[in-house]
Amino acid sequence: MSLPIDSSYRRRKLWLQQAVFALFRVLSYAVVAVLFLILGFILFHGAGVIDWTFLTEAPTDGMTSGGIWPAIVGTFWLMVGSALFAFPVGLISGIYMSEYAPDGRLVAFIRTMTNNLAGIPSIVFGLFGMAFFVNYLSFGDSILAGSLTLGLLALPVVIRTTEDAFRDIAPSYREGSLALGATKAQTIWRVLLPMAMPRVITGLILSLGRVSGETAPILFTCAAYFLPKLPESMFDQCMALPYHLYVVATSGTDIEAQMPIAYGTAFVLIVIVLAMNLLANAVRKHFEKKLKSK
Amino acid sequence: MNKIEAKNVDFYYGSFHALKHISLDIPQNEVVAFIGPSGCGKSTFLRLFNRMNDLIPGTRLTGQISIDGTDIYGRSVDVDLLRRDVGMVFQRPNPFPKSIFENVAYGLRVNGVKDRAFIAQRVEEALKGAALWDEVKDKLKESAYALSGGQQQRLCIARAMAVEPSVLLMDEPASALDPISTAKIEELICDLSGRTTVVIVTHSMQQAARVSNKTAFFYLGEMVEYGETKKIFTNPDQEATQNYITGRFG
Ligand SMILES: Nc1ncnc2c1ncn2[C@@H]1O[C@H](COP(=O)(O)OP(=O)(O)OP(=O)(O)O)[C@@H](O)[C@H]1O
Ligand SMILES: [Mg+2]
Repeated sequence: MSLPIDSSYRRRKLWLQQAVFALFRVLSYAVVAVLFLILGFILFHGAGVIDWTFLTEAPTDGMTSGGIWPAIVGTFWLMVGSALFAFPVGLISGIYMSEYAPDGRLVAFIRTMTNNLAGIPSIVFGLFGMAFFVNYLSFGDSILAGSLTLGLLALPVVIRTTEDAFRDIAPSYREGSLALGATKAQTIWRVLLPMAMPRVITGLILSLGRVSGETAPILFTCAAYFLPKLPESMFDQCMALPYHLYVVATSGTDIEAQMPIAYGTAFVLIVIVLAMNLLANAVRKHFEKKLKSK
Repeated sequence: MNKIEAKNVDFYYGSFHALKHISLDIPQNEVVAFIGPSGCGKSTFLRLFNRMNDLIPGTRLTGQISIDGTDIYGRSVDVDLLRRDVGMVFQRPNPFPKSIFENVAYGLRVNGVKDRAFIAQRVEEALKGAALWDEVKDKLKESAYALSGGQQQRLCIARAMAVEPSVLLMDEPASALDPISTAKIEELICDLSGRTTVVIVTHSMQQAARVSNKTAFFYLGEMVEYGETKKIFTNPDQEATQNYITGRFG
């Protein structure tokens, strides 16, 4: 006996499947193509202006020539500053959320709020940074205020990845450690933290990479339009790549002449972000190898 | 002399009554086996002896469990010290992602031992005691994950023994292992008896018969029968025990 199936059913089913697959393939290729197009466009226009002078000297002639060295240095310090803030604070909050906070409504609420924080437009962070760090704490427009503001922006992701990294560790490791008479703190420090670290570091670097391109948060808190000399302390203002890009592309004496500089700046920014992402991968791999072989 | 005494123990996971009115005494330096069908509460009961169930939220215990005459759920009890004295080996080997040496040294370090020579010596003794030394002595710095499952489990036994517990709890320590590794672990348990109190949960009747002095049979959260292993396996008092050991259910 056979089932009452229309003989064309199988053919139609397979045909539909093929069609849908083809559509998906075209769509995903298109998305990737657009991404590469953007990247290619900027690299194409930017690569031409990149030379030693561009990378190592300050802008000259009303920013129509010269280089972007002060902006590179500024962005570097802002990254370092926000990492120094977001890493310890994010790590500790994440560990607290996963290991210490009692499961319940409060933690669920905090978790939701943390996620919401990640969705707040970055200009709002900039406004807060200005009101709190620059004015209330009197840091002034400074690398410190800018770093803290950018650090806040990076924080939700760091908290989240830390919490997830700790939660995903199998209970058997905790139990194994506690069963030997280790305290909870010892268990976290000696067993869980080394296991969670690759993910935490990866999360940190990725979020720093994202934050390094932010303009709005440093607009009111740190970034200078033009500073001929490099910052000397964390209370100095600094130039920064994303803001510099905005400045040369939109204002100035000779926009036409400035455009190549804008593309060059974008080029450097993209290279930095890509490098951060590669670094994140390398760090993760390194830690994972160490965990396995140590 | 009794090492562990449980009196009228009831245990709940939330509203689920997992252990029902269990009383049992475990004599010092003997090996006691817990047997019974899956889900009858063997692990739950075992994990009460080192307060591992404290980690599970929403659980409740009534009755009393004492070790060396002290109520281990009493207010003044230091749980870390209790767990140092009551070691545990889990069903699945769970070495830390550290070197072989550091795995065994871990218990000493977290309990405040700093003397390097002492640690090195104790690690060696523990690995020898767990019949693992010859296999790993040349690669102590390598990851514990490079070991086979059977070796990992013996490493976990060495890790537990390194802090010299007076009680060793083992929850189906050989269930994930091949016959040769299993035989090695059974040998270890026989070595320990006379020096350490061992409580072992097992699904293998043969294993219980080979390693234990006394056996307790659990069924649906109750302890049905407890006695000399020989008697339990040859002439049990309860029909349920008889049925279980002859494989009529379970
Ligand atoms: N964390 C938990 N939360 C709720 N119920 C649990 C929990 N752990 C165990 N139980 C329940 O308690 C009962 C006893 O479980 P336990 O793990 O002690 O059984 P067991 O005898 O060790 O079984 P097995 O031989 O399969 O390991 C089971 O019904 C189980 O579903
Ligand atoms: Mg069990």
